[in-house]
Amino acid sequence: MATSAQTWSEEIVEAAGGAVQLVKGGSGEPLLILHDELGHPGWLNYHQALAQDNTLYIPSHSGFGETVRQEWIMNMRDLAGWYLEVLDDLGLDRVNVMGMSLGGWLAAEMASMSPQTFKKMILVGPAGIRPPTGEIYDMFLVVAKEFISKGILDQDATSEFSTICPDEPTPELVERWEVAREEASRLSWRPYMHYPGLPHLLHRLKTLPTLVVWGKEDAIVPLSAGQVYQENIKGSRLAVIDNCGHHPEIEKTEEFLQLVKEFLAA
Amino acid sequence: MFIGYFTERPYQDERTGFFGATGTPIMDLTVSNEAFDPILAAGLYNRYLDEKIYAEEMGFDGLMLNEHHNTAFCMGGAMNVEASILARITKRAKIVLLGNIIPIWDDPLWLVEQLSMIDMISHGRLVSGWVRGTGRESVSHNIEPHYNWERFQEAHEFIVKAWTTPGPFRWEGKHYNYRHVNPWAKPYQKPHPPIWLPGVVSRDSLMWAAEKRIPYIMLATEMDPTKQAFQLYHDTAAEHGYESGPQNLGYLWKVHVDETEELAEATGRKYVQGPSNPFLAGNEGTVNPALVNLPGLTSRRRVLPTQAVATAARGGGGGVAGVLGRPYEQQIADHTIICGTPKTVIPKIRHVLEYIRPGSIFFWDGDGAMTHDDAMRSLRLMGEEVIPAVREIAKELELPGPFEVDPATGKSIDPTPDETSQ
Repeated sequence: MATSAQTWSEEIVEAAGGAVQLVKGGSGEPLLILHDELGHPGWLNYHQALAQDNTLYIPSHSGFGETVRQEWIMNMRDLAGWYLEVLDDLGLDRVNVMGMSLGGWLAAEMASMSPQTFKKMILVGPAGIRPPTGEIYDMFLVVAKEFISKGILDQDATSEFSTICPDEPTPELVERWEVAREEASRLSWRPYMHYPGLPHLLHRLKTLPTLVVWGKEDAIVPLSAGQVYQENIKGSRLAVIDNCGHHPEIEKTEEFLQLVKEFLAA
Repeated sequence: MFIGYFTERPYQDERTGFFGATGTPIMDLTVSNEAFDPILAAGLYNRYLDEKIYAEEMGFDGLMLNEHHNTAFCMGGAMNVEASILARITKRAKIVLLGNIIPIWDDPLWLVEQLSMIDMISHGRLVSGWVRGTGRESVSHNIEPHYNWERFQEAHEFIVKAWTTPGPFRWEGKHYNYRHVNPWAKPYQKPHPPIWLPGVVSRDSLMWAAEKRIPYIMLATEMDPTKQAFQLYHDTAAEHGYESGPQNLGYLWKVHVDETEELAEATGRKYVQGPSNPFLAGNEGTVNPALVNLPGLTSRRRVLPTQAVATAARGGGGGVAGVLGRPYEQQIADHTIICGTPKTVIPKIRHVLEYIRPGSIFFWDGDGAMTHDDAMRSLRLMGEEVIPAVREIAKELELPGPFEVDPATGKSIDPTPDETSQ
């Protein structure tokens, strides 16, 4: 999106015993955004739109981007526990949260540990649950570009595709992907991209307003996993977007924003 | 000089269409085992064992085995099974495992027991190498690639302790936990079988071997970078307070000997005509860039001069620069394939020995599309002419092997009488 002035900033903050990279922008009520398995993709159109009414907090997870890796973290529940302390240190409490893919799984784990931390939760194509039908696409058997491509249903119709997946990625971007892939591997190699106990642990979220957004043609995490999320979080809503892959926020930005804004405003 | 024999045991089945540079190119982990024929494979397994037995008869010091998973280029998916058979049916040669892929097993105690049994059944002829394995190994047995190096080191420490420390003891590590370690089977050799390390890529592994005084075997690399990597070993040894020598270093490369120069060339070209093998230069098939760069498997910045991982392969669809696709003629020219009659082969081997100065060598033969007859002709000529000549050259060049000079101390080892009573 063309803007005359950059509306976001990036800083390194000390939190939970280490340096954490934090992108921050916009104004209004805080909205924590938890990035996916390839790290924060940069400030995209949906960030810009949400920043009109929200102050976005986009940290990089342990080991991703410029955030120092906490060597003791060996799985997603370790990461979730550590992240709760990061939020303490950032002063974020009763905060709205939005997690994409692996970041959605992370949000769900954190919520199951500490439901009161979040005010409202938005999960976008979250990993974390073994789909009853289909399989979660294996990101480690393909290179990053192929994985990103697989996540978008219609690349030609997706204006930001060339931003998130350029034909000729810079060495810096390639390195960022590789760092992210290694950290994603540390969190999710086996069982791949899910935790068997999660559906049961989600029962605790009886009072957390939750919106689950899914692209109907998601080729990374099958929609059937979304139904399990919806069934196990009482009162949650599963919103399915037609003709859309794993990234509704990028592929169907307008529909996505409408859903999110309505949910946050309600 | 220690002289060993190696073949990768390819799955040779013309019906698959995998054969040859013009055949179906194989990309790692994309070929279904639907193509596998156990009747045909039964013959191949026995053929490769027969060739090992004949190699011992022909005077080789070592019979080398390796292990890969989920692939047609190496049928040794459970190398310790082959080693167990060789332990019983051979008499003299060392059984050189290069090596067990220790990070990919969740239960290294099982290896402790298997290897002890092989060592006992062979009356102390086991050389127990370790490797870290490639991406296909981590994927096949589903072990975290990012912990490969940590698991390697912990498994090594655990296995050595289980071999040498009276049990029972408890092990609470980062990756392995045992409440009662007390394997009844213990190794024949004391304190434990020699441990060697083969490799091509990782600086960490080579420097670790040098630090631990473990012999390092370079696998089919080009001569200049091999020499540089060997120098890194010697430098690291010096930093750790000892002087390494030829006894600490080994080199495996492709050597085929035949009755005439014409037959040698025709047969040598079969190296690049078998089922694609990512380690057989000129016949790599199609590289799977995701597997080459499995996240965290090898430090991205700490590779040896023998293999630089190209940036292009990591994010995009490119291959690995520099090391792949070298044609047969180029490999002949740079001596990474040596092929000919004994008369022409011996001086070329001498050149390699003079240049990189290893104490152990392994002739990689009988591979690709080579038949049993091809392998047996070469083995016979190696035994009759090449091995005796190479031993003389090694004496002249002062290239002791690790059973002549102790790699850990640099001191001569008294030759012990053969313990071959079976």
